[in-house]
Amino acid sequence: MVSCFLIHTVCPVSALSAAESRILYARVFGPETGDADFTPEQRRLMQKEKLHVVARQARSAVALSREASGGLCVEAVLGEEAAALGEADSGMFSLGNAELFPHRSVVLWLGVQSLAFSLVCRPHENLLLAEGVLRNIARHCLEELRLLGPGAEMLLKSDRVDALLHRLLPHGQLLFLNHRFAFALDKEIASYVSK
Amino acid sequence: MYAAATESLIKQAREIKEEELQRFCGRIFKLLHTKDVSGDTVDSLQRLNLIVSATKYARELPSDLVMKLQTLLRSSSCPEQLQVLTSSIIRESFPSSVHSLCSDLSHDSRTFSHVASVVLAQVSHMLFTISLYSVHKHLSNHLITFTRILCSLNPDQVNLVSRKLVDWLRYASMQQGASMSSGGFFSGPRTRQPAPLTEVDGVVTGDFFTVLCLGQSYTEDQWMNMYTFSMIKSWLLTYDTDGTTNTESDDRSEVDSSVMSMVSATSSSSRLLPPKERLREKAFEYCQRLIEQSDRKALKKTDTELQKACIVESVSIMDIICGEDPSYVYRAFPCIKALYGRLNGDLAYARALLPIAQFYLNHSEIAAVDSEAVFCQLFSHCPAEQFNEPMLAFEFVQFCLLNASVLQDRVANYRQSFPNILKFLAGNSSGLIAEFVELLPSLIASDTAIELLHTILDLPCLAAALDLQQRSACYQASDRSAWDQQGAKVAACLDAFRQPSYRGLFLYILRPEAGTGDTIDRLKMLHEILADMAESPRVVQCAQVVPVLLHVYFNTVTQVRVTNERSGHLIAHTSTKKLMYTHICHISQGLNCVISSSVFIVTHLQALCKLHPPLIVDQSREILEFASSPANIYSKEDFYTHVVWVIGEYLSVSYDPRCTVELITSFFESLEAVLFEITQVRQSASPPSFSPRLITVLMTTLAKLATRSQDLIPRVSLCLSKMRTFARSAPVMTCYSEEDTEEIITRAHELINLLKLPNVAQFVLAPSAGGDGPRWHRDTNASLPQGMRAVSGLLHRHSSSLPT
Repeated sequence: MVSCFLIHTVCPVSALSAAESRILYARVFGPETGDADFTPEQRRLMQKEKLHVVARQARSAVALSREASGGLCVEAVLGEEAAALGEADSGMFSLGNAELFPHRSVVLWLGVQSLAFSLVCRPHENLLLAEGVLRNIARHCLEELRLLGPGAEMLLKSDRVDALLHRLLPHGQLLFLNHRFAFALDKEIASYVSK
Repeated sequence: MYAAATESLIKQAREIKEEELQRFCGRIFKLLHTKDVSGDTVDSLQRLNLIVSATKYARELPSDLVMKLQTLLRSSSCPEQLQVLTSSIIRESFPSSVHSLCSDLSHDSRTFSHVASVVLAQVSHMLFTISLYSVHKHLSNHLITFTRILCSLNPDQVNLVSRKLVDWLRYASMQQGASMSSGGFFSGPRTRQPAPLTEVDGVVTGDFFTVLCLGQSYTEDQWMNMYTFSMIKSWLLTYDTDGTTNTESDDRSEVDSSVMSMVSATSSSSRLLPPKERLREKAFEYCQRLIEQSDRKALKKTDTELQKACIVESVSIMDIICGEDPSYVYRAFPCIKALYGRLNGDLAYARALLPIAQFYLNHSEIAAVDSEAVFCQLFSHCPAEQFNEPMLAFEFVQFCLLNASVLQDRVANYRQSFPNILKFLAGNSSGLIAEFVELLPSLIASDTAIELLHTILDLPCLAAALDLQQRSACYQASDRSAWDQQGAKVAACLDAFRQPSYRGLFLYILRPEAGTGDTIDRLKMLHEILADMAESPRVVQCAQVVPVLLHVYFNTVTQVRVTNERSGHLIAHTSTKKLMYTHICHISQGLNCVISSSVFIVTHLQALCKLHPPLIVDQSREILEFASSPANIYSKEDFYTHVVWVIGEYLSVSYDPRCTVELITSFFESLEAVLFEITQVRQSASPPSFSPRLITVLMTTLAKLATRSQDLIPRVSLCLSKMRTFARSAPVMTCYSEEDTEEIITRAHELINLLKLPNVAQFVLAPSAGGDGPRWHRDTNASLPQGMRAVSGLLHRHSSSLPT
């Protein structure tokens, strides 16, 4: 099961320090396992902080990986989503025993130009499947939200991401979709977006 | 992609004032009360969504708006977009009472799902009391949602759910669903017959439905089949791992005769199993079928990837089932063995080998199956060929971590394969270092520890060599243009890689197994060849992780009580030797600087010597050579200081009987010469570039050595008496602070006085091993307190005779 899904920046953001990442979309799944001692507001604050920690770590992982591979980042434009996805780097790292999420959670990340899509998976998750699901979600996000263009549609149209996740990752459950199942869901998503 | 416009939008959302927000909410409230949903409503809700989720601190929304949103959420007639938005807004805003949402379970699965996502976000303990009937009624529509909410089911509910899961898993329809756009204007009734399902390679399906069956459109229960398989592993882990089997006789389930069942190899008695066991049986069959279906060559790339994921999942599920009920092991092994035979050697399926290896590790003993070949393939071939796949590398290392103790005990070539395993780290240092810090102790074996140390130190070389190997494989020797494009330096290294005379060196560094010797002499040549690659980013990142690994290595070596005294000694011996030779030639500048960094070496040098004091005598020649040359002071001052301290502390007969008077004298003379040289007071002397601490340590060490060979005492006293002049000389006064010069003078005084009473000096400066114990200091009958009293008494009497 997936604990959370994030879309965040990996490029420098003027209002933040160099290592920080701006979270553009965050969705946490599943029942909270936090202490009953905290008020709901404190719990919410803690959760936001945890997400920022994950985003920061993912950002540094993306930066180090790009540095090591020394690859030149070719900027793709609208319409070239498939190319952008093909060029994207990906990787995973463990959150160790930090008390952020259930222990030994794994963060799977996919860096597409200046944004990264991250998935926090519980231990014993099928990471091969998770990778496929993440790529699929990223492809949809790039297409439906026109992320390769300028503009701030990402923020205002985040309900599209919600709808996307509702079908492709219901309550954080990874799905085994063959291309026909995927096609049927794609149609549903397309009809939602066109409304 | 991320523009300034985005940033300003977030800023606006965060800085909206409270009154403005209230007014905005009021407007939305009015909009929501109008009959039809306008674009304006959606737009406003989207903005509200952004406002509540943009900040860390929750925003409180007016309660009437919240009630209205909750009502909207619950109503089935609400358009999906509004449901999604209201669900998100309620989740993010200050939580009000959500219990009203739980009061009735809506029939519509979409609505229920959105309601549930709100509830799940805010309530930590689900106190649903769901009647049995309720569960049954709603389960088909809300499978995924339900299994998230119901975190603790009672046994009756578990059985009920298990029965439904069996139905969906095993008895889903075998024909395609009614297609929405069946045919067209010219289609007749015949063409609207549902077509049969096919496998991923286009062949018509002959057995029960699984996720790898393709059809133009799917029926409801086929969708449930897919959802069920997706969650079955976590279901089994939660509800099937309590180790108890349900033996209640009144729970024997009957299968609905209306559901179609296919011919399969199961025994007919499976119908009489209790629900949990039946679910296990059916899940097992499903996995077997998936493994068999994965052998087909899929026509689409998505399906090929799905096949790999299915293999991984199926083997894991079979592993869990066999863990619960060992009788499945005998049925599982032939299947797993055949699968291994198929995948072995196919690089594309390398990630699927890991669950198979896990299965072998868990169950091969029970089944008395030989697993050596599997682990040989895993450790000897896999890393060498695929070190640069980040996902495989991560999963491989996680596998090793998870099973470290078992691998150490039962798999012979695990520890032998550390050169291969370290290739993963060389290929992806930043991503894997955290894992390797935990993994490294399990790779340390007494017979290969020295070789491991050398391998760690050569890790940047390994990274460079692997890089060259990869490039060399990509580019043909004749294709000079592509080669030269990579830069002159890399091209030169590539040339060297291809030369037969250097073949042996590269073969050594790229070796898959330990045991061919600790290191080779001509390694220096390899360093020179690869020096041009030193700036490559991968090599630099690799060099940055080496000190971390060395820390872990030394911590493990010094803390673990080595059962074999001799091997422990050997490790300490060679490690110190390595540390001493800080002119270790490494191709990365960064590494050189860090190796001479004080904190690192010092911590470990002291620990090693404390563990094996005879080290000093063993290494006396090298240590003497090092300590005698003042040049070392200027380049590695901190390390030098600690070496001197270690000499003073451990060079004595009480630690090693081989320590002779001649040895002590030779050390003494060298150190004395060094002290003289650096404290010469000359007209043209430049201010000292070393810290005053070095002086005091040198003085104290000389005094300590003198107490062990008392002929040296007059020489020490002479040496120490010159310290005052040194400390008061002009260059030194300008360089050191007042307190430091005073300290040097005072220390010199104290030592001279102490040495006037050689026996007392011996207690103070060179206590025996028991000197660390508290008894030594507290027991008034023990020597030290007596000695101290004697000294104070004597000093008081002789205070008038102190030199000025």
